[in-house]
Amino acid sequence: MNKLMTGLGTLVVSGLLSAMPANAQSKQITLCWAAWDPANALVELSKDFTTKSGIAMKFEFVPWPNFADRMLNELNSKGKLCDLMIGDSQWIGGSAENGHYVKLNDFFAKEGIKMDDFLPATVYAYSTWPKGTPNYWALPAMGDAVGWVYRKDWFAKPDIQAAFKAKYNRDLAPPKSWTELKEVGEFFQGKEIDGKKVYGASIYTERGSEGITMGATAAMYAWGFQYDDPKKPYAMEGFTNSKEAVEALDFYKSLYKCCTPPGSSNSYMSEGLDAYKSGQVAMMMNFFAFWPGLYKDEKVGGDKIGFFGNPKQKVEGSTLGGQGISVVSYSPNKEAALEYIKWFAQPDVQKKWWALGGYSCHKSVVNDPGYAKSAPFATDFLTALGTVKDFWQEPAYARLLLDMQKRVHDFVVADKGTAKEALDLLVKDWQKVFKDEGKL
Amino acid sequence: MRAAGNAAADNSTDSAIVAPAMNVDPTGAGFTIAQRAAAKTPRAVSRRMSGLSDRALAWIMIAPTMVLLLAINVFPLLWTIQLSFTNYRANRPNAPVLNVGTDNYTSILTDVDVWTAMQATAHFVFWTILLQTLIGFALAYLIDRKFRGHGFWTTVILIPMMLSPAVVGNFWTFLYQPQIGLFNYVVAFFAGIPSSSFQMIGSVSLAPWSIIIVDTWMWTPYVMLICLAGLRSIPDYIYEAAEVDRASKLRQFWSITLPMVMPFIMLAVLFRGIENFKMFDMVNLLTSGGPGSITELASITLKREAFEKWRTGYSSAFAIILFVAVFGLANIYVKALNRVKDR
Repeated sequence: MNKLMTGLGTLVVSGLLSAMPANAQSKQITLCWAAWDPANALVELSKDFTTKSGIAMKFEFVPWPNFADRMLNELNSKGKLCDLMIGDSQWIGGSAENGHYVKLNDFFAKEGIKMDDFLPATVYAYSTWPKGTPNYWALPAMGDAVGWVYRKDWFAKPDIQAAFKAKYNRDLAPPKSWTELKEVGEFFQGKEIDGKKVYGASIYTERGSEGITMGATAAMYAWGFQYDDPKKPYAMEGFTNSKEAVEALDFYKSLYKCCTPPGSSNSYMSEGLDAYKSGQVAMMMNFFAFWPGLYKDEKVGGDKIGFFGNPKQKVEGSTLGGQGISVVSYSPNKEAALEYIKWFAQPDVQKKWWALGGYSCHKSVVNDPGYAKSAPFATDFLTALGTVKDFWQEPAYARLLLDMQKRVHDFVVADKGTAKEALDLLVKDWQKVFKDEGKL
Repeated sequence: MRAAGNAAADNSTDSAIVAPAMNVDPTGAGFTIAQRAAAKTPRAVSRRMSGLSDRALAWIMIAPTMVLLLAINVFPLLWTIQLSFTNYRANRPNAPVLNVGTDNYTSILTDVDVWTAMQATAHFVFWTILLQTLIGFALAYLIDRKFRGHGFWTTVILIPMMLSPAVVGNFWTFLYQPQIGLFNYVVAFFAGIPSSSFQMIGSVSLAPWSIIIVDTWMWTPYVMLICLAGLRSIPDYIYEAAEVDRASKLRQFWSITLPMVMPFIMLAVLFRGIENFKMFDMVNLLTSGGPGSITELASITLKREAFEKWRTGYSSAFAIILFVAVFGLANIYVKALNRVKDR
């Protein structure tokens, strides 16, 4: 009996001891985002929040190809996993209309957080629904757009420079148009550099989530692509399948055929990074979010890497990336989550966010005189943000996106039909979606 | 069931009384299972049970299973049928749910893309079953020879089917990689062509075969096991009688081996057919249905409609169509299987 009592006593004491640290920091919130470089920077940044507020942070990061699937399931099932969500920009329509996100207008007014302090393009893209109205569902958290990197060290080689000039009668330099980009790609395709066969460019072709749409629209926006008639919303005939859109899609296919490494039929962010870091390609299309990490890379970063924004063709244009940070309606810790947003919106925190590798959208950061020199891609980033366009942000965005994934992949990778046929079918798909939504 | 039930009910009190009196442990050897079960039954329970009929007891025993079956199989099926006639969307809890009659079914059956997915599925199912049956039976026939080390080789052959389809899908993407993939290297080595001159996953003509190859690699051992069980079930004396009748080896194969293994082969075909008709994980990881929609099997289309586009009503109708197709074909097949068994 004595032994039993001693044993029980030991258990109780050890139980109390193990519970003590948990009680010391009882408040904890979970932030959900994609698993990528900026997420690691945010973990680092959030340590300051925990120190200041005593609220512990937990993170749930999901790789990009599964991010939308996983998190939209979480929201649709009214899950309590995430208190804060850095959700993709296209989710905002659905999340606002289906009540997944907390509307932040009153909170912003109460705490003196002004949307005028953030870049207008990012407020429009990441925070508002209906688009452009002063109804805020998120705070711009991570500005992003599609851009390009190139092998500066290869471009600088005298023999390569000479060969390029002999062929194209101009210096080999970062391309200013998609036509130039293709020429550079063709030039490098199959060339032997440092005893290794290399290829022109890595571009987005992924089928499963959103890859090929993000890639193809990067070209289409540069051709002046518009989803619908600006004067008559959802009137897509002649816009989605315009002459320029067809030309751009044809061009994107020709780029895929001429200048990508073998086995690039299902390539997105991580595949592009693999191709670039392993020294396979001269140029890579990817999001600006990766540039800080690549710049620091010992093998391909530093002096060996150069950056340029999405090339112009007929107009300036780039595909929007990036996200806003929202409070999830089903969270039992809304107050603590709002406290995090209040802390995150502060100029000092935003400055540190940029310094750690996150792309702040705060004007105090981007308008700082030293901003342009703070990173070799800072200027390109600001230029890109001035010309970005986003995919539909409608509540039915997932249907619209999957339709485009199918039609574009069918044409670009699977050689099915023509660009015109692909876009005509896409218009029909989208008309059906908007009809189901009661908008047509 | 009835006998056991009777015995349990009748002997429970007797054993409880007899055992201490005779100082014998009724749970030990020499007692029937019913007696041992009765001895273990608490007296209060056995008293309450003694008034129940055999039928009531039987219902009590199977009730938990029935309730579970109804809850996880029958109820979802009925609910899916009901949803298939609506425009319900699981991600729009506040939207009105309207009855759309048979619109979802009409829309699916007249959709060109759905039929393309069905064709891709049929191509996949047909070739995987054919190849797996041929190779699986051939392997089983070899293993059945009981050569030296056959146990070791059996284990080696079985390894692929022990892996997770997600793992298989992922590592075959590396094997198929045109520049560094082992598959391309081996083919290039024997064909004398550069390994990066062809791509399995990215090519419209080769992608359907790439998923067939992986599924065949993974599941042929399963067919082999079933065929091996069939081969080992054939009594030796039949072959001895055939030897006496001077039947050739080929004749023995056609007249004894194949007919007697046929029910097993047909069973393997049934299992693999059902499995591959709803194949999702491996193909999704390997090709995501691409290039374009070349390898988009019906289950991938269904998943996209249900959990990415959130067209719950529409996808319910699609699921019912697939269920009816598999169920109908399987029933016809089972009848054929029974006929073969009865021969």
